[in-house]
Amino acid sequence: MRAATPVFTSLVLSLLAATAFGGPVAAETTTLRMTWYSDGNEGEVMADLLKRFHEQNKDIDIVLDQVPFKAINETLPVQLASGQGPDMARIVDMGGLSRYALDMRPFLKDPTYWETNFGPFLEWMRPPGDARAIPGFMTQLTVTGPFVNKTLFEQAGVAMPGETSTWEDWAKAVKEVADKVQAPFPLALDRSGHRFYALAVSQGTQGFGANGEPEIVDEGFKRAAQLVYDWHKSGIMSKELWGSVSGTAYRGANDEFTNAQVVMYLSGSWQTGQFAKTIGTAFDWVAVANPCGPGGCSSMPGGAGLVAFKTSQHPTEVARVMEYLASEPVLAEFYSRSLFVPGHLGLAKKGIDYPTASPEAAAALKVFTLSAAKISPIAYRTQGYGNSRIIFNAVISRLGQAVSGETSLEDAYKRITADVTQQIAERNKK
Amino acid sequence: MPDIASASRPARGMASGALATLGRVLVLPVDVTMRLFDPPMRWMQRIIGARRMAYVFLLPNFIFFGLFVFLPIGIDIVFALTGGTALFPSQRPYVGGDQFAYLFDCGSYLDPATCREDRFWRGVANTARFIAFQVTAMVLFSLVTALVLNMKIRGRGFFRAVYFFPVLLSPVVVALIWKWILQRDGLLNAAITTLGGQKILFFVDPGWAMFWAVFVSVWAHMGFYTLILLAGLQAIPADLYEAAEMDATPRWRVLTRITLPLLWPNMIVVIVLALIKGAQTFDEVFVLTGGGPGTATLMIVQYIYETAFSGQVQNFGLAAAASVVLGAVLFVLTLLQFAAARRKEV
Repeated sequence: MRAATPVFTSLVLSLLAATAFGGPVAAETTTLRMTWYSDGNEGEVMADLLKRFHEQNKDIDIVLDQVPFKAINETLPVQLASGQGPDMARIVDMGGLSRYALDMRPFLKDPTYWETNFGPFLEWMRPPGDARAIPGFMTQLTVTGPFVNKTLFEQAGVAMPGETSTWEDWAKAVKEVADKVQAPFPLALDRSGHRFYALAVSQGTQGFGANGEPEIVDEGFKRAAQLVYDWHKSGIMSKELWGSVSGTAYRGANDEFTNAQVVMYLSGSWQTGQFAKTIGTAFDWVAVANPCGPGGCSSMPGGAGLVAFKTSQHPTEVARVMEYLASEPVLAEFYSRSLFVPGHLGLAKKGIDYPTASPEAAAALKVFTLSAAKISPIAYRTQGYGNSRIIFNAVISRLGQAVSGETSLEDAYKRITADVTQQIAERNKK
Repeated sequence: MPDIASASRPARGMASGALATLGRVLVLPVDVTMRLFDPPMRWMQRIIGARRMAYVFLLPNFIFFGLFVFLPIGIDIVFALTGGTALFPSQRPYVGGDQFAYLFDCGSYLDPATCREDRFWRGVANTARFIAFQVTAMVLFSLVTALVLNMKIRGRGFFRAVYFFPVLLSPVVVALIWKWILQRDGLLNAAITTLGGQKILFFVDPGWAMFWAVFVSVWAHMGFYTLILLAGLQAIPADLYEAAEMDATPRWRVLTRITLPLLWPNMIVVIVLALIKGAQTFDEVFVLTGGGPGTATLMIVQYIYETAFSGQVQNFGLAAAASVVLGAVLFVLTLLQFAAARRKEV
């Protein structure tokens, strides 16, 4: 006992000292989880920003879970439905996940800042019928648009079509280039309903009936579907993209474009940073204005938002993190380093410098920013519609079958309408 | 009486003595823990009787099975009878047999295009086609391999191991390796073009896609079935072959009149196991072809997965109904397997 007393005393004193001198470290730290996917380097940029936030706010620690895009689409909704979701996540299906979104308005210092700078985009994140919630902000605004391998055009000796050229002009030109230089993919479209709708809007689809409900298969839609079908038949589009996987599976042509196998790649502005890094100076690539059709030359808008969720146990801390990340200087830095088109109205007006951008990337971002100004109201409406992804998934699944020769286009149209009706009914079942 | 055991026991070396001591030390904590269970077990045995103690020992396994097998089956059936997109059963509206009615709403079951849920029936048709080819190929190749490996050939042990290695690989790894071999700029097309041929886009043609799905599956799993058949071959008494040799029986007759009939019970087990596994095929085909082109290699399990998780509307009810249908088919196949195994014992 006499020998144990000094040991016991020193142990107690040590514990007391740790408590006394631990300071903020010993105070309770709130740990938040943010689920994140990346197209380019934005994960690294976000990690850096979060580190700086933590240095200024020692009581909040944020764990950044970087996951594949597929996990955001498939795993995250199940996590949220089960109540086990993260505190925040970067998502693209803002309408679909809006029922899980946290309204941060009561926790924000200046909700007016959010209304002013993210106003139109907040509509995409709000649950139906809610005109006031502030669930998050846009990590980027995206616009669809074509990337072109300029070097292949030069090697083939074919002139690139001009700014107001039609889809048919471009299809003819890229086929000619591909035949001459033996490129396997004259024209590639991401296997994505969202990308298809860029074509459909330019072909004049209205998307909605007079009653405001979706009327998907109209004349414009059919023109676009026929183009895609014919392009696959003629070899302008290779079946390796749209025809090689099943259902709603996404398939991009990033790797093929990077490897100079694609003459023209319809994707979008979010690829700029990635291409700047992966292509470098291997060949000359440019972004061009959206080809035109009877419905105009519009791109499809989109983007990803960083959204807070109701499942969070720490809404006050979440709001503090979001306020930091959405503040003008921090968000400007994020957009600048990630090479993203800003989804912040104030910054879009002022303009963002992209000092790290290569000449190709800077030129591409300029083209996309100009395209963003020409987006048609139909495109905005389609993107903002809460069930837009149901439509996009049905379109890509059934057109994929038609392209592979399993069904006819007429059957595909019937199935698209039936699928969308059935899924909306299932979603609305209570 | 002399201690015969100790007299016949060889003298221990230091090394074996040290090992024995080490063994006793390692087993000691286990021994102590088991002895702690002794008094309550003896008390329980006094209460319920020695005959009922077997159920006490089976109880932990029953609990495990109940929690991780039977409870999920029950929840799955509940989901199949409910609708909506809520995750928790209590929040889902009861719809009775609507999900099954939706699945089985067809003009002709033989033509998926006439069905409301055509993707389900395409999955069924593809799975049936896959099983037919895969099981046939699997049994054939496994049998031939087992027959060869049963012979006295050089390096027999090495070849037996080599044929089993793919079984140890993860299905995703297997599919990725073959995808890299078969893709446009993969090894196979490189070989074809080197020999002067044209590249073949295997994953764009429905026939080729199904062929390679079957091929990869057989390649990955035949080692397991070869082992079963090899064990069956080695159980055949050697004197039958000796007698046949003495009668100068042709080899073909030895195969058809001795080997195959005696191997038949093992073959039945292999066929039924391959059928059950084939019906559950998902990972290899999903990674290799993604179910494409179109829905040419969409299997029923992939349909269930995509219906439940891939769409924007996660239709758990419909997926659960499809999985109940698949479960019923697998149950019938399992009963077949039990019958086959019982016949083998008889």
